[in-house]
Amino acid sequence: MPDQILQWSLVATSVMLGIGILLVTLRLLRGPNLPDRVIALDLIGTLAAGAIGVYAVAQEEPILMFVCIMVAVVLFVGTVAFAYYLEKGSGS
Amino acid sequence: MIQIATSLMMLLGGAFCLLGAVGMLRMPDLFTRLQAATKTGTLGVGFVMLAAAVHFQDLGVSVRAILVIIFLFLSAPIAAHVIARAAYFVNVPLWDATVVDELDDALKAREAAKTPQALEDTIDRAPDGLR
Repeated sequence: MPDQILQWSLVATSVMLGIGILLVTLRLLRGPNLPDRVIALDLIGTLAAGAIGVYAVAQEEPILMFVCIMVAVVLFVGTVAFAYYLEKGSGS
Repeated sequence: MIQIATSLMMLLGGAFCLLGAVGMLRMPDLFTRLQAATKTGTLGVGFVMLAAAVHFQDLGVSVRAILVIIFLFLSAPIAAHVIARAAYFVNVPLWDATVVDELDDALKAREAAKTPQALEDTIDRAPDGLR
C-alpha cells in the first residue's frame, strides 16, 4: 500500500510539474520584454531540475542527481550572463 | 513509512512549483512575476530534492540532493536581484498600481545633489575653516 501511494504521488507530481512548465512556456512566448523571457527560461530550467529529481526517484536511478546539480549551475550562470549584457548594452 | 514521507514532500514540492508557474503567468508586471518565480520555484524544487534525499537513504545521494538545495537557495536570490536591477535600468515598465519606488527616489535625490545650487548650499553649510 505505501508503494502504491508513492507511485501515485510520483505521477501526480510529474503532472503538476508538466503543467507548470507548459504555463511558463506560455509566458516565455508571450512575455512583453526580454527580461520577462529570461526569468521564464530560468523558471523552466528550475522546474526541469525538479522533474529530473522526480524521474530519478521513479526509476531508482540516483546517478541522475548529478544532472540536477549541473542544470542548476548552468542556469545560474546563464541568467547572470544575460543580466550582465542586458545592463551593459543599455548604456550606449 | 518512508514512502509516505517521500510522497508528502513530493506533492508539496509539486504544488509549490505549480503555484509558481501560475503566478508567473498571472502577475501583472515583471517584478511581481520575479517574486512568484524565484520564491516558489526554489522552495518547490527544494522539497522535491528533500524527498529524493529521504527516498534513496544513501549518504552520497542525500549529500548530492542537499547540495542542490543549498546551491538553489544561494543562487536564486542573486540571479533575481541581478535580473531585476538590469530590468529596472533598461526601463521595463512598472505596474500601474505600484505605490512605492524607492530606487527612483534615491536616483532623483542623487541627481539633485549634482546641480550647482546644491553645491553652493553645501559650501555655505561648511565650517568656516574649510571655505
